[in-house]
Amino acid sequence: MNKKQKRMLARILVAAVLMIGLLFVPVEGWLRFGLYMIPYLVIGYDILKKAGKGILRRQVFDENFLMAVATVGAIVLAVTGEGDYTEAVAVMLFYQVGELFQSIAVGKSRRNISQLMDIRPDSANLESDGELLEVDPDAVEIGSVIVVRPGEKVPIDGIVIEGASNLDTVALTGESLPREVKTGEEIVSGCINLTGLLRIRTTKAFGESTVSKILELVENASSRKSRSEAFISKFARVYTPAVCYGALALALLPPLFRVLALGLSPAWGDWIYRALTFLVISCPCALVISIPLSFFAGIGGASNAGILIKGSNYLETLAKTRTVVMDKTGTLTEGVFDVTEIHAKGDWEPRLLEAAAHAESASSHPIARSICRAYGKKCDATRVKDLTEHSGNGVTATFDGVPIAVGNAKLMERWNIPWEEPEAAGTVIHIAMGNQYAGYLIISDRIKETSQAAIASLKRAGVRRTVMLTGDNRAVAEKVARELEIDRVYSNLLPEDKVKQVETLLSSETERGTLAFVGDGINDAPVLSRADVGIAMGAMGSDAAIEAADVVLMDDDPAKIAKAIRIARKCLSIVYQNIGFALGVKAVCLLLGALGIGGMWLAIFADVGVMVLAVLNAIRALFVKNC
Amino acid sequence: MKKTYKIEVDCANCANKMEMATKKTAGVQDATVNFMTQKMTVEFCDGADAVAVMKAVLKNCKKVEDDCEIYL
Repeated sequence: MNKKQKRMLARILVAAVLMIGLLFVPVEGWLRFGLYMIPYLVIGYDILKKAGKGILRRQVFDENFLMAVATVGAIVLAVTGEGDYTEAVAVMLFYQVGELFQSIAVGKSRRNISQLMDIRPDSANLESDGELLEVDPDAVEIGSVIVVRPGEKVPIDGIVIEGASNLDTVALTGESLPREVKTGEEIVSGCINLTGLLRIRTTKAFGESTVSKILELVENASSRKSRSEAFISKFARVYTPAVCYGALALALLPPLFRVLALGLSPAWGDWIYRALTFLVISCPCALVISIPLSFFAGIGGASNAGILIKGSNYLETLAKTRTVVMDKTGTLTEGVFDVTEIHAKGDWEPRLLEAAAHAESASSHPIARSICRAYGKKCDATRVKDLTEHSGNGVTATFDGVPIAVGNAKLMERWNIPWEEPEAAGTVIHIAMGNQYAGYLIISDRIKETSQAAIASLKRAGVRRTVMLTGDNRAVAEKVARELEIDRVYSNLLPEDKVKQVETLLSSETERGTLAFVGDGINDAPVLSRADVGIAMGAMGSDAAIEAADVVLMDDDPAKIAKAIRIARKCLSIVYQNIGFALGVKAVCLLLGALGIGGMWLAIFADVGVMVLAVLNAIRALFVKNC
Repeated sequence: MKKTYKIEVDCANCANKMEMATKKTAGVQDATVNFMTQKMTVEFCDGADAVAVMKAVLKNCKKVEDDCEIYL
């Protein structure tokens, strides 16, 4: 509790003791009034002050005003003999108890969630002239050498130049198994060094490092408001004035009606009391506080599980996912290719792999890299000229003066080279040299261990369609799809075809369902942004993916897709529960208040009680372990 | 131009009110007040002087919610 809260607690206790004590003091008239004013002012002076200021500034309809009018009204009724002072004091007392509880609960959960997301490193150990200096990570330049001791956080992205260790990546990925690093490997900021001393050459500035990107993303997440939040803030703006006018009508119309139409006594006191009860119920706090809190807790809980969600709005869209479209390579499969077969024609046999590796040496495509890896030796860049990449088809170049084409069947078609179509479930890379067919390589990729379970759990989570897109040939695509039980497959797609295919799928999607696209974020940024929700996976260390996607899975486990959807569902169901519950209780209380059944006591209990329950319910969104 | 400020506000509805007041201030293109992170992001109109605009924003916020603070 902070100072403000402690002072409030003291005021509440003093006022409560005085109020109960006064029940046993038998005084009447103005003395009674004066005595009751003491606890009333102790507990409510700030509310009265704020209400007064509000009126001066023409900001009439706020909760302070409502509480002031309701309690002052109750006191006036008490003075005229129709009411009870205790009621006015008690209403103010409970209102303050509720406010205090809210401030403590919200403050506490805010801190919890922030702590959960706190992966910010405090300092970096910069090596300069053989000495170690503890500096602000912001001050470390690219290319500097930093030292990370066991137990410390890696502050900046870089490459390990000395040492080997295990890294704890829980804060980033939710994955509790430590990850090994050794000399020469890349290291991502935000991990905790567990066992050995590491010397790291930084490759990025702190502001550009993974940890900064993630923090920025998470901190901005709750600023993107969801439709439910927008609805609530609009609702709050209409609700309070509406109830106030309702109260005014309730105070005036029935008594007038009684006098003029029925010829009865107006019973002003009774109707004014009912109107005041109305005012007590009219505070929209339970809703206004619990909805953003639910989203905030949901985003916090998800980020703790290695799922970064960029905004409450995406949480909402994610919960409605009916179709999940997935890229094959790198998403469902390992994305690590190996050349498994080499078939050379004629006398190209000894040079086929060498030529192909040289042609592909400049490309970063996973297939190109696998060919270079299979070649095993270093490529000599001077032997390759006129290199052109044909997106989705392959590359062409001249190698040792001979024109060479390395790519799929479409590339061969374009070059008018008759090719062979082997019966193999793998990616076939055809090679033509000097305008003649020279042979092919077969490259295969492994399906991830968790892919099958991931698809099954997507279906259990209520996803109606699972679709796989791939640039690979049909044989490979269908084999993978069969194994994973994916509903639909589209193969032989160029990157731009993927966008078109997603658009077609989007248009076939019903109004209420949404489409999520899952990719590795490397070359599918346009598709990620086109889908209702773009999910990038394996994003640790990839800025491009973090930028392009709406939801970022820090590790590359496809099972997280279903988990993300379930977290979103849970969060949204909590939001709807809170909206329904709060509005329902308010409606019932308004009705009872109007009928004169429940008094102010009921109203204030309902108001504070609903808020407490809604806040507690909202905090549930933080717990995502069993999602 | 977008800037983020640390704020202090006690209730969510007050944060809503601050957001409305900030949006209405001259020189402000758009604004979001984040009650949960106690932060306020203000997007200024082109050519607006952020310091002067924020002074006006603070004044307007104080008008709707006495008990708030923006750390400029």
